Amino acid sequence: MAAQSDAIVETQNITKKFGEFVAVDSVSLSIQPGEILGLLGPNGAGKTTLISMLCTTLMPSSGSASINGFDIAKRPADVRKSIGIVFQDQSLDDRLTGRENLELHATLYGLDAATAAERIGRVLDLVELKDKADSLVRTYSGGMKRRLEIGRGLVHYPKVLFLDEPTLGLDPQTREHIWEYIKELAARERITILMTTHYMEEAESLCDRIAIIDRGKIIALGTPDELKAMLGGETVVLKVKDSDEPAVQDKIAAAFPHAKCFDGRMVLSVKSAERELRGIFEDAKKAGIEIEEASMRRPTLNDVFLKLTGREIRDEKAGIAELMRAHMQRHGR
Amino acid sequence: MMVGDMANIRNELMAVHAVWLREFKRFYRDKGSLLGSIARPLMWFLIIGGGIGATTKLAGVSVDYFTFIAPGIIGMTVLFTSLFQGVSVIWDREFGFLKEMLVAPVSRTSIVIGKALGGATASLFQSAIIIGVAYAIGVHFSLSALLALLPLIIIISVGFTSMGLTIASLMDTMEGFNVIMNFIVMPMFLLSGALFPISATSGIMATAVYVNPMTYGVEALRYAAIGVSSTSPVTSMSVVLAFTAAMAVIATVAFNRRR
Repeated sequence: MAAQSDAIVETQNITKKFGEFVAVDSVSLSIQPGEILGLLGPNGAGKTTLISMLCTTLMPSSGSASINGFDIAKRPADVRKSIGIVFQDQSLDDRLTGRENLELHATLYGLDAATAAERIGRVLDLVELKDKADSLVRTYSGGMKRRLEIGRGLVHYPKVLFLDEPTLGLDPQTREHIWEYIKELAARERITILMTTHYMEEAESLCDRIAIIDRGKIIALGTPDELKAMLGGETVVLKVKDSDEPAVQDKIAAAFPHAKCFDGRMVLSVKSAERELRGIFEDAKKAGIEIEEASMRRPTLNDVFLKLTGREIRDEKAGIAELMRAHMQRHGR
Repeated sequence: MMVGDMANIRNELMAVHAVWLREFKRFYRDKGSLLGSIARPLMWFLIIGGGIGATTKLAGVSVDYFTFIAPGIIGMTVLFTSLFQGVSVIWDREFGFLKEMLVAPVSRTSIVIGKALGGATASLFQSAIIIGVAYAIGVHFSLSALLALLPLIIIISVGFTSMGLTIASLMDTMEGFNVIMNFIVMPMFLLSGALFPISATSGIMATAVYVNPMTYGVEALRYAAIGVSSTSPVTSMSVVLAFTAAMAVIATVAFNRRR
């Protein structure tokens, strides 16, 4: 019990299997009050499954978790009172007005009419939907719906707010707008936020700590700076001529054993790109590797992911697989 | 502890009310299907009633054909409306709203009850319209008949809404919807005594009629409305109550599953 005392969200080896497929694999996480923790990973990494278990809509296959001191398996009602959720897919009733959606939510969470009216007013202010509050949700734009959902997740003053891909499918302008809201919220209301995303910029700009998740496992956890420091500095990306050919690949492996190769490019982690670039070119020349283009980058979380897994976070193939899976889930339940 | 329990019960009742209110708002705002759900029973009533009633005299039935089918048409509208209301959970799931209800800190039983009462409200509204039209063409129900119909419509409706909820929780997609309409709802309606006296049936058809729970709903409604019935009122009422209770329990269980 002592170990749980200060964490508001705590998971211990939580696991979810769907038949043979392990969607979440023995995840142990601990989130402090007021913290914004991001789950960053490619589509299909298990982020939504993890959130679904914490929201008590999916039962873990093994392991346990507690939120606000309540066990998710034994005290689901208390867990539900402690949390707010913004789902990945839309979950509003579009035949009701924005205000009616919030009122329904407030009632389901046991608020009396006076408290509900006061908080709904505040929330509508916060998400700037006061003018549209009495229009049917079906007349809202995508960004307005998203803002309403975020506002709805706050009406009952949750201790923990879950945001599952809060800006998925939104245009860049709306996305930044919503980031502003989330930052402001976390600061003003002191809510603990657990969010999933596969946008690296989103994770970097919002999260205090980031858990990188891949194939159901957490493979790295730390502040954005800590994670980037894992790379040991900056990144040099070199486009190599004939990189598909095994002979060239062998040369690369011999001359640059630490390089990661993908998509015809060779990626090197260096302390300082400016100082080491010349040496790299010389080594390449000696090894007979022809470099067509070179660029250097400060490390991003995508580089961290790439280094840890040899893949990119936004893997198009995974994207299609995930779309199919999402489609099957939607139709399979 | 007692105070906590009382607060919980109050919350659950508030949730029932909130779910009911949502159903009701959706029902009266959707003008297209509202109109359709009024027009369909009226067409059956006026066209079938007028067409068949003008050419046929039912054997062994003391009332005219309009009077005979009026309770049957009420039964039909209760069946269709309630089942639709129950099955509408599929739309809630498809458009995501179901998740919002399922993660709320209220029991799923309250959600089922709210939905069932939503179905009952819609059924009462439509029954009132049929009774009004029946009155206009000369089919008059007594006040005591109306008072007996009120609880009966609610009970039957809760049963069929629960049945719709159960079907919805077993069905994955909206594609199965037409199958349900063609292979469950229409046969249940046609094989009840809504349009003809069931005493006239025999063989396989009679068997189908007597295993159909809708039959007893229609007979109970007819007995309440005009005092005519092919089955004993006690039998009808027992089957109706047992069906509604069983369906309500099954729907609650189906809804409470957590994977």
